Amino acid sequence: MDTKDVEIYLVFNALRNVPAPEQAELFLRKLQQCCTVFDFMDTLSDLKMKEYKRSTLNELVDYVTVSRGYLTEQAYPEVVKMVSYNIFRTLPPSDSNEFDPEEDEPTLEASWPHLQLVYEFFIRFLESQEFQPSIAKKYIDQKFVLQLLELFDSEDPRERDYLKTVLHRIYGKFLGLRAFIRKQINNIFLRFVYETEHFNGVAELLEILGSIINGFALPLKAEHKQFLVKVLIPLHTVRSLSLFHAQLAYCIVQFLEKDPALTEPVIRGLLKFWPKTCSQKEVMFLGELEEILDVIEPTQFVKIQEPLFKQISRCVSSPHFQVAERALYYWNNEYIMSLIEENSSVILPIMFASLYRISKEHWNPAIVALVYNVLKAFMEMNSTLFDELTATYKSDRQREKKKEKEREELWKKLEDLELKRGLRNDGIIPT
Amino acid sequence: FHPAAGPSEPKMAGADGDDSLYPIAVLIDELRNEDVQLRLNSIKKLSTIALALGVERTRTELLPFLTDTIYDEDEVLLALAEQLGNFTMLVGGPEYVHCLLPPLESLATVEETVVRDKAVESLRKISQEHSPVDLEVHFEPLVKRLASGDWFTSRTSACGLFSVCYPRVSSTVKAEIRQHFRTLCSDDTPMVRRAAASKLGEFAKVLELDYVKSDIIPLFTALASDEQDSVRLLAVEACVSIATLLPQEDLETLVMPTLRQAAEDKSWRVRYMVADKFSELQKAVGPEITKNDLVPAFQNLLKDCEAEVRAAAANKVKEFCENLPEDGRETIIMTHILPCVKELVSDTNQHVKSALASVIMGLSTILGKDNTIEHLLPLFLAQLKDECPEVRLNIISNLDCVNEVIGIRQLSQSLLPAIVELAEDAKWRVRLAIIEYMPLLAGQLGVEFFDEKLNSLCMAWLVDHVYAIREAATCNLMKLVEKFGAEWAQNTIVPKVLGMANDPNYLHRMTTLFCINALSEACGQEITTKHMLPVVLKMSNDQVANVRFNVAKCLQKIGPVLDNNALQTEVKPVLEKLAADQDMDVKYFAQEAISVLALA
Repeated sequence: MDTKDVEIYLVFNALRNVPAPEQAELFLRKLQQCCTVFDFMDTLSDLKMKEYKRSTLNELVDYVTVSRGYLTEQAYPEVVKMVSYNIFRTLPPSDSNEFDPEEDEPTLEASWPHLQLVYEFFIRFLESQEFQPSIAKKYIDQKFVLQLLELFDSEDPRERDYLKTVLHRIYGKFLGLRAFIRKQINNIFLRFVYETEHFNGVAELLEILGSIINGFALPLKAEHKQFLVKVLIPLHTVRSLSLFHAQLAYCIVQFLEKDPALTEPVIRGLLKFWPKTCSQKEVMFLGELEEILDVIEPTQFVKIQEPLFKQISRCVSSPHFQVAERALYYWNNEYIMSLIEENSSVILPIMFASLYRISKEHWNPAIVALVYNVLKAFMEMNSTLFDELTATYKSDRQREKKKEKEREELWKKLEDLELKRGLRNDGIIPT
Repeated sequence: FHPAAGPSEPKMAGADGDDSLYPIAVLIDELRNEDVQLRLNSIKKLSTIALALGVERTRTELLPFLTDTIYDEDEVLLALAEQLGNFTMLVGGPEYVHCLLPPLESLATVEETVVRDKAVESLRKISQEHSPVDLEVHFEPLVKRLASGDWFTSRTSACGLFSVCYPRVSSTVKAEIRQHFRTLCSDDTPMVRRAAASKLGEFAKVLELDYVKSDIIPLFTALASDEQDSVRLLAVEACVSIATLLPQEDLETLVMPTLRQAAEDKSWRVRYMVADKFSELQKAVGPEITKNDLVPAFQNLLKDCEAEVRAAAANKVKEFCENLPEDGRETIIMTHILPCVKELVSDTNQHVKSALASVIMGLSTILGKDNTIEHLLPLFLAQLKDECPEVRLNIISNLDCVNEVIGIRQLSQSLLPAIVELAEDAKWRVRLAIIEYMPLLAGQLGVEFFDEKLNSLCMAWLVDHVYAIREAATCNLMKLVEKFGAEWAQNTIVPKVLGMANDPNYLHRMTTLFCINALSEACGQEITTKHMLPVVLKMSNDQVANVRFNVAKCLQKIGPVLDNNALQTEVKPVLEKLAADQDMDVKYFAQEAISVLALA
């Protein structure tokens, strides 16, 4: 700001020192004043004005909290304008070249002393008893929401926390914006998964969605199911999953509690995206799967037990002991144990070979001990089948080896054929 | 495709597909294997399977199976999408190429971007193998279906297919294609608008000029003012292609308003894109507009409030100046660009300074000797003293440009302290970088200056505590010998290298061996046999096994430089002794050397 502006920037009386009838007008004047945005990167400039704005914002926060009858119709556009001027901005590039939220310290917003009060004021405004969504919807519209959602990419966790509350309030009070908000969150997630793998506010958005899903009416709309299968499940593929996995798993479980029939597509989706090279993620997947199994209905369990336990059997024999251990902990879960017991004739043959082999081969003694317990449990559940599998273990392995050999021979024949053809029709066969 | 073999090929492959040997069920079992890795392997060898089946059964049995099983893991689908792009001959040639469309169409709708992109790539490839009739009957309807798909993925894929069929279809179909493209440019989801914006330039190139003006320009303007900056910045890329297509007189009205707006966009990402594409834009709009519009725009980008944008613009300083119209180039640079450049030298952001340092030396060729000495030299010197090592490195790595114009001597006073400081930087990557420029510097500064000032540095690197530095230092010596010759090597570096053979630290003793590996060829037979070989042979008695097996490796390496007499009388006995060493690795490498040098 140059000096001319400073002169315009009149120092007004405090609101509480003015007679009630004049307060509404003064409130508007103060809102307009607060539209001026200061440069906080320059720590030395406009110090007095910055301090004046800060105290004015503080006063506005108190005013909307305690006053009655302040919210005239003229105030709405002024409030939204002041908030927009202050919070909507193109977020700066990250300080570190490749910002890694797991490693790097986030860059904190320099203008936070003002920004925080603006958010605080806006939330009090939205929560005020006098607030009327029917008037506000003229100003808090789709464009406003879109800009608000873009701010969730802020590196500053304090800002994202305020945004979360703001968006939650808007979603709660503006029924006409709900579908739009959900669609835009979809777009943010899809871009995050398939284009950039970068967005700082995924956890916060998921947290809001968790409570939104909770409120969905039954039967679920096709739109919501599509969101689950086409957006939430693919979110598991992102590299930085650990930053929002808890919130994501919560959303998934919310969906399944609403509609158990979704269990099969969800589990098949998780199996499709099962991490193959990242053990840390594998442990997270196993954790989420256990949360799902905790609420699964036995009829649903039967539908997915085969592919599910094929994967669990692979996890149990993982050379990474944390993966193996996490999978073996399923056998400590009473509900899961009861499901396994009911279906032991299907599950035991799937698991047996892996368990048998690990009990002899795994490098980690703790895993071997756990496997012994699991084998013992199976033996108690279904001793006839267990004995049968033990007896045929060797011949089964031999059969597998034979099949493997046949495969190799088939391919060898096929390749010979290709070679022969290649020689004959040189240049025709694409390589 | 070999035209002579074409007609007979389908029949032959059909005749050879032996049903009893390769029942489709067996092959399909392979493609269905429970183990993903095996499934993936089978898909990667899909052409072999198709060959075994023959063209007809590939068309009637294999392709329908593949079309139905598009629910696999993305990795398998990616391999499939790639395979199908090369399948034309395996289904019977161009006549039947449209059989490949159904599976590729499904693949073009999956969620995973890499799979979809690969499917689109294959579709683009096989579109060229369609006859014009097939293109209209089979291919274009597919594009239309994708363009009006429910889920954004298919619409995104469609964006990449318009340009390949447009040139080869009738004018009615062309009109439809243009309509579809228009619709996608204003799609509801930003993902599709981004895809459309990124293909805008490509599509413009195949359109008739009138339609570029009537269709593309409004789309370009709309995308360039999209509410999402991720869409707007893609329009900047399209701007280059579009500007190239239009006649000069239309640029001012059709393109420039949008470009000006982009250069001042409120989002730094868009401004960054403008800066990043600046040279292309400059060439596309031509010299007049450059002088009037781009020069001020470039100045603004160099002064942008966001460091990211300044760095991108700084990177383009040399290219921009180089491409200025020759008349008035010097004046424009001196009055408009150089003042901004001077400010950037003391920018607060090190990436900006470092970007500038990587190109600033290039200005000297453009401005000539006098201007360089008067105006640029002070800037070079300031950057050579910059606190950030990357800035100094970038200056040093581009010394050749200045050398041509004013000779390096002008700089050598300041150069030396800068080099020494980098050579001793605490970060080994910085040390590594400066080593890589040593041969270049040595060439430019001359052997005398080198011996006096830099030789000791090069030798010091040989005993650096980081292996990568010792390794690079070894390689550096080889390049220096190539430059200065064997005699120089014998007098200056060989004695020092050989001296390290008696170092108490075995790592340094090994460095001697590594140096000999690198130097023997450049030094030639005489020096190798007379001076190096005795040292190597003596080291075969070292008490550290690592040194001994490196002796074996070294002998293998320098063997070809030695004459047969030395090999037989000196090398062979030592290798035989090492081959009987108690250490397994020493034995192994000694035996390897014996067999490679044919001394057995």
